[in-house]
Amino acid sequence: MSAAAMRAPVRSAYTRAHAVAHENILVTAHVYTATAALVIGAFFGLLQGLSRANAIVIPASFDYYRVLTAHGVLMALVFTTFFITGLMTFATYRSIPRVRSVTLGWAGYLVMLLGTIVTTLTILSGNATVLYTFYAPLKAHPAFYIGATVLVAGTWLVAADLLMNVAWFQKNNPGKRIPLPAFCSACTFVMWIIATIGVTLEMGLLIPWSLGWTPGIDVELTRMLFWYFGHPLVYFWIMAAYLIWYNVIPTTYNGKVFSDALTRLSFIMLLVLSTPVGLHHQFLDPGISAGWKWLHTVLTYGVVIPSFMTAFAIFASFEIAARRAGKRGFLGTIRWLPWKDPVFSGSALGMLLFLIGGFGGIVNTSYSMDVLVHNTMWIVGHFHVTVGGPVALSFIGAAYRLVPAITGRKLFAPKLALAQTYIYFVGMLIMSVSMHVAGLLGSPRRTSDVTYFGAAGAQSWHVEMVGAAVGGTIIFISILMFAVVAVGTRFKNERAEERDELAFAGTDEQAMQAPPVLDKLGRWAALAIVLALVAYAGPIRDQLSTPHYLVPGMRTW
Amino acid sequence: MHLHRLERIWLTFGVGILAVFLATVTTAAIVDGFVPPSHVQSIDPAKVAQTPPFDKPGLHKLANGSYEAYYVAEIFSFTPHHLQIPLGAHVTFYVTSLDVVHGFSVPETGVNTMVTPGWVSTVSHTFRTRGKFLLVCNEYCGIEHQTMADSIEVK
Repeated sequence: MSAAAMRAPVRSAYTRAHAVAHENILVTAHVYTATAALVIGAFFGLLQGLSRANAIVIPASFDYYRVLTAHGVLMALVFTTFFITGLMTFATYRSIPRVRSVTLGWAGYLVMLLGTIVTTLTILSGNATVLYTFYAPLKAHPAFYIGATVLVAGTWLVAADLLMNVAWFQKNNPGKRIPLPAFCSACTFVMWIIATIGVTLEMGLLIPWSLGWTPGIDVELTRMLFWYFGHPLVYFWIMAAYLIWYNVIPTTYNGKVFSDALTRLSFIMLLVLSTPVGLHHQFLDPGISAGWKWLHTVLTYGVVIPSFMTAFAIFASFEIAARRAGKRGFLGTIRWLPWKDPVFSGSALGMLLFLIGGFGGIVNTSYSMDVLVHNTMWIVGHFHVTVGGPVALSFIGAAYRLVPAITGRKLFAPKLALAQTYIYFVGMLIMSVSMHVAGLLGSPRRTSDVTYFGAAGAQSWHVEMVGAAVGGTIIFISILMFAVVAVGTRFKNERAEERDELAFAGTDEQAMQAPPVLDKLGRWAALAIVLALVAYAGPIRDQLSTPHYLVPGMRTW
Repeated sequence: MHLHRLERIWLTFGVGILAVFLATVTTAAIVDGFVPPSHVQSIDPAKVAQTPPFDKPGLHKLANGSYEAYYVAEIFSFTPHHLQIPLGAHVTFYVTSLDVVHGFSVPETGVNTMVTPGWVSTVSHTFRTRGKFLLVCNEYCGIEHQTMADSIEVK
């Protein structure tokens, strides 16, 4: 027998089970990288909170703003992104079971990791104290911008992998709907590609400038490109949380997806409407006329609608399942829900925080009303009670399901996990309410110290900073608890019964079929690009046609 | 596509509230002029000191009785210092930056705007209460950002 013939059966024996094992290692890498970023980022957050409350003094050799930059980048860009790439790789792979190669997935992960390491080390070395928004003409070391660009490039490889899997499914299953978890992931990454074009163009200006190849930078243009990316970044997080709420949470109470069609419609609306809204972060910027800002106010109100739909769908799913179990009424439904399952409590407590977050978000985007809160602690409270609330807490809750599924081991210390979600909730409530109040009292954000030499106008701020520090300390403790559970599960010597399934919720039998046009992602992507161009062509043309000046870079730290 | 009756009611309610909000901010913008500071005027950041009105920072009274205040922001201070404003004065601030992005915020008033190099920001306010107000930079500008503050006294 020839050598080739002897090898052949081995090759053909590469089955779905082998592919699942490879998928699990890849997803594990994403999720544990996210966890590491979360723990380090939380430690930096703790230092900031204590420093702002004047409980500790961060030494000048490793200053507050360096800590703040590291916290922002590790939380907003690294933790969230790695968790989302891991979650959506899992959601796509498992809902499209296939004997697949994970090579492109690994390439994406490694490129993301390389970019993260370069950027993080540049920040820690003190050469990129520009905060996570890196507003020019603050000029960081080129490695900061290059690393961040590489991180984004890695996410594009992950996106390509997931979209190719969806395309494979459509080609091999003509007439069938894309499985819902894969559909949600695909919408999220199509949106992400459109959004990250903005920051990539910005990097195309910043990198040559930071290398000294160009003498100056157009400050307002870079700000506009940043926020073209910066707001859809928020929806990248939220779409991942919604994926969990729609597809995973119903499995904790034997429920179903309320409506396949409306879930798809929500994700398509998020895909289309997430990008043309960024100017609501620049309401107070000079050089952009009031009319364009008003247009972005209208469009931002538009992107609220899929969130209304989601709120309805989640509660409808709760109630339908509760009624099937013989429960009636609002309180009957609420009491019946699995509050002792950390997968459920993480997301459900996150939803409660999102009530505050959604309310505050409407204030922020309401045009002239933003004047009252812009760049105050209110904004810091807002994004902690959104990305730090529904998003992070849903991710953590989902991890309590995801980690056992991908490691094949039982959850370590499930009672610790359950307590963790509630402790986090309480900490976030205390911290974000204190921050919101401080903002209403006028306290500025992004400031190491709010005493202002004892000035009269600043005296009411300190007590709120103490509240924020107390809340932040509680959150930090709960994140350590999460880390103990995540690491403990990896090394727990007890196999989980169901190795390869994180069950996704099914759709209600009576639910109507979604119009097939919703699965034509190319068309919706084209519409999203057209809307983004309509929203941005005007303000960018206005700026470029006004005589404007390039500004040299500065290192002011 | 079928929408559940309750969902139709819920979405009508939600979209209706958004419409009311939009009508409110739009009416306030058109009727009362409540728009976010959106001045479109560029300036050469290297020649601010030679460019009127920033060659004479400070408070200036106009013929119609209102005031204009010209401010220059730079790391880590504002010029002029300790501005004094008569009670009841309607002041329009003109602010620009010599270097990086700054903020210009007087807490407890509606005075709040970004200040970017190369552009002139404007914001107006009528000072109806006596007292000493804090003026702070509310955008990170560098290592001493937390000291970038001044005062405005209304008397």
